[in-house]
Amino acid sequence: MNSTPQSETDEVKIVDGIHYHQFDVVIVGAGGAGMRAAIEAGPQAKTAVITKLYPTRSHTGAAQGGMAAALANVEDDNWEWHTFDTVKGGDYLVDQDAAEILAKEAIDAVIDLENMGLPFNRTPEGKIDQRRFGGHTRDHGKAPVRRACYAADRTGHMILQTLFQNCVKLGINFFNEYYVLDLAMTEVDGVKQPSGVVAYELATGTLHVFQAKSIIFATGGFGKIFKTTSNAHTLTGDGVGIIWRKGLPLEDMEFYQFHPTGLAGLGILLTEGARGEGAILRNASGERFMERYAPTIKDLAPRDIVARCMVQEVLDGRGAGPNKDYVYLDCTHLGAEVLETKLPDITEFARTYLGVDPVVEPVPVFPTAHYAMGGIPTNVQAEVLRDNDTVVPGLYAAGECACVSVHGSNRLGTNSLLDINVFGKRAGNAAAAYAKTADFVPLPADPTKEVRELVDMLRNSTGTERLSTIRKELQEEMDRGAQVFRTDESLGNVLKTIHDLRVRYTNIAIQDKGQRYNTDLLEAIELGFLLDLAEVLVFAARNRKESRGGHMRDDYPDRDDEKYMKHTMAYLSGDPHSPDPEDHITLDWKPVVVTNYQPMERKY
Amino acid sequence: MSTPTVEASVPAAAEEHRSFTVTLIIRRFDPEVDDEPRWQDFDVQMYPTDRILDALHQIKWDQDGSLTFRRSCAHGICGSDAMRINGRNRLACKTLIKDLDISKPIYVEAIKGLPLEKDLIVDMEPFFASYRDVQPFLIANSQPGAGKERVQTIADRERFDDTTKCILCAACTSSCPVFWTDGQYFGPAAIVNAHRFIFDSRDEASSVRLDILNDKEGVWRCRTTFNCSEACPRGIQVTKAIAEVKQAIVRGKV
Repeated sequence: MNSTPQSETDEVKIVDGIHYHQFDVVIVGAGGAGMRAAIEAGPQAKTAVITKLYPTRSHTGAAQGGMAAALANVEDDNWEWHTFDTVKGGDYLVDQDAAEILAKEAIDAVIDLENMGLPFNRTPEGKIDQRRFGGHTRDHGKAPVRRACYAADRTGHMILQTLFQNCVKLGINFFNEYYVLDLAMTEVDGVKQPSGVVAYELATGTLHVFQAKSIIFATGGFGKIFKTTSNAHTLTGDGVGIIWRKGLPLEDMEFYQFHPTGLAGLGILLTEGARGEGAILRNASGERFMERYAPTIKDLAPRDIVARCMVQEVLDGRGAGPNKDYVYLDCTHLGAEVLETKLPDITEFARTYLGVDPVVEPVPVFPTAHYAMGGIPTNVQAEVLRDNDTVVPGLYAAGECACVSVHGSNRLGTNSLLDINVFGKRAGNAAAAYAKTADFVPLPADPTKEVRELVDMLRNSTGTERLSTIRKELQEEMDRGAQVFRTDESLGNVLKTIHDLRVRYTNIAIQDKGQRYNTDLLEAIELGFLLDLAEVLVFAARNRKESRGGHMRDDYPDRDDEKYMKHTMAYLSGDPHSPDPEDHITLDWKPVVVTNYQPMERKY
Repeated sequence: MSTPTVEASVPAAAEEHRSFTVTLIIRRFDPEVDDEPRWQDFDVQMYPTDRILDALHQIKWDQDGSLTFRRSCAHGICGSDAMRINGRNRLACKTLIKDLDISKPIYVEAIKGLPLEKDLIVDMEPFFASYRDVQPFLIANSQPGAGKERVQTIADRERFDDTTKCILCAACTSSCPVFWTDGQYFGPAAIVNAHRFIFDSRDEASSVRLDILNDKEGVWRCRTTFNCSEACPRGIQVTKAIAEVKQAIVRGKV
C-alpha cells in the first residue's frame, strides 16, 4: 500500500478491522517542529511520525525569509537584544523566560541545521550570512540589525528538506497520509491521561490506533478559517481542534497575525525579507507611508503595525489600483541581481500570479492571514498544560499549534522557523526522556468509538448542505468581522454566523462514499475543526476589550495593561451546538511571565 | 460601529475581469468501481488568471465531490499537485488558464509511470524509494568545532544552488520516457537530489553516490530528451545536473 512503512519495529495487531500499533513516542505532524522532534526522539526511543501529508508537503516549506539567531556574523548582536525585540514585538504578552530560551538557543539551532547540511547563504568569509527583518533591532530599538539567517527566499523549504533528509538518514518511521482524528484519553486514578491517538488512513479508509507513552502534537496552524490567507489548503487546525474537543484549554486564540505583504487578492506570501533587503511600501501617490507611522525603522516595523498602517492607508482613500484597495511593495530600486539571487521565488510569484515584474514595477500587496500566535498551552519543556500550571503527563506540543508563549500578541518575522527548531528539539527530547521512565497508559475500552461515529455520520449523511458553501461563508465572514480591525459588533456578528453554520454543518452531505482516498470526507472533517477554532478565536477576541499586537479593537484602540496584560485561557465546557458560546466556552486568565522587561509604550 | 475591514481585489487588466466557460476533460479512476480509467467532461466558469487548481476545486466543491487530487500550498512550493495538463507535466497551482489554449478542452490526467490509485492520485512510494536510495543527506565525518558552522565559500555554495530548489513533486521523473518503460531507473529527481550533495563542498561521500548512480539503473539510462528540464516547475536545469553527474563518474572526481 502506498504509504505504509515497511518497518521491522512496527508490529501491527488487527482487531475487528482496526489496526493497533505501539510506539514509545508518537509525533503528529511532519512539518518543521514534528521532524525536528523526530530527529531527537528517534535515536532514543521507538518513534513514529504520523502525518496527513507527505512530510515535504508541510507548510514549513512555504516560509521564505529567514530564521533569527544573534550569531553576530555580519554586525554586532547578542541574544539579549533578540529577547528584548521578541518581548516588545509581542506587545509585552510574551512569557519572558520562554523568549530568553528562544533567543539563547537560537544560535545552536542554526548551527545544528548547518551541521545537518542546510545550505545557508554565505558571507564573503564563508560564514552564514544574515539579513534584516521587521522588529529585529540593535541595542533595544536603535536601528535594524542583520539577524535573520537565510537561504535565498526559500529558507523554510531548505529547513523542511534538511530535516526530512536527516529523518531519512535516521530511518524514522513515517505514516504518510494518515489523518489523526482523536487523542485517546483513559481515566487513571480519576484523571484522564493520554494513551494514544486514532488515525484514519487516507489510502484505504482503515482506522489505526497508535498507543504511545509520549505524544507530540506538531500539527501547525489554521489559517483556513480566513478567506485571504498565505496558508495551505490543508492548514485546518486539526491538532488544535482535537485538544479543544478533549476539554483541554487553548491559549491566546484571539491573536492572529496578518502578514503585511500578501499578493493583493490572492494572499500568497511575499517575504518580509524583501523589505529587509530594502524594498519600500508605497501608497497610491507613491508616498513611503511607513515613515509617518514608524519613523525610526519605517518599513521594518513589526507585522501587526505594518498591516494596520496598510489597511489605514486604504481606508483613508490612499489605496492604489482601480478600486483603491491595495498598496504597493516597491522593489524596483533593488535591481535585477538582488531580486534574482536573494528573492527569486517571490519575484517569480509576482510574475506568475499577478503578471507583474518586480524588477520594473511595484507589486500590489495587502495583508493576508498568516500565523496563529495562540494555540495549545505548553511550558518551556513543551509539556501541554491542562490549566495554568498542571502538566498533562506524556503530552507535548510544539510549533505553530503550540503557545509557549514566545510570540505574545504578535510574532516577529523569522521567529517561527526558530520556534519550530528550538521547541521541536525540546519536545523530542522531553518526550523521549518521559517514555524511558513511564509505562503505557492502557487504551480506553473502545478507543475508536468517537472517530467511527464521526466518519459514519459524515459518510452516511443524506443532508442537503455542501461543505464548500459553509466553508466559504465562514471564511468570508471571518475576513469581514475578525480581521485586522475588529469591533464588538463585528465580532458579535461573526459569532452568530458561526452558530448558524454549525447548525447547517450537521446537515451536510458528502458525495464520495468510498473508502479509498476519500478527500471529500477529509474536507468535511477539516471543516468541523475550522468552525470550532473560529468560534474560540472570535469569542476570546470579543472578550479582550483592548488593542494589543495582532488584536486591534477599533472600539478599544489602546492597550490596557492594568486589565489585560494576561493570557486568555479558553475551555470547552458545554455543548458546542448551544447557540450562545457563553454556554459552552469558559474563559479564564493566565499571568504573563515578566523577568527583565516592564511594559513600555511600543514605538518604532 | 462599522468594521473598517477592506479586502483587496486581484489586480488585472480589464479584459481579464471577464469570466468564460472552460471545458476540462479529466481522466477518472475509482478503484472501488472502475476496471479501467475513463474520461469525463466538466464545464467551469473561469477567469484568465485562475489556475487549473481553481478549476479542479470548482469541480470538486460545486459539481462532483468525489473528484480526487492532492494539493496543499497552492503556489508551487509543496509539490503536491503535479499532473499531466494537455500532455505536459505541470503543477496545477502554477498553470494559469490564460497560458493554455482555451478554444479547446483542457485534458487533465495523473502523472505517468507510477501506479494509479484514484483519479489524479498516484502511489508516490516508488518515487520516494529511489530518492532514499541515493542517500540524500549530508555525510561528513569531520566535525566542525563545537557550536561552529562549517565554512563554505559563496562560490562553493553556488555550485549546487540549482538542485537545492527541488520540491520532490515528481514532475520530472514521471515525464521521463526511460522511467515509463523501466520503473527500476532512479529517475531525474533522485539524481537531482544526489547532485545536490555530490557537489556540496561540505559532503564527503560523493564517491559513494557516484557509485550508486554508476549502476545499470543509474545515470547512464538517461537519453537526454530534456523532458525533465521542461517539466520542472522550479526551473531546475535537470538534464544539465544529470550530465554533471555523468561527467563526475567518468572523471572519477567532482
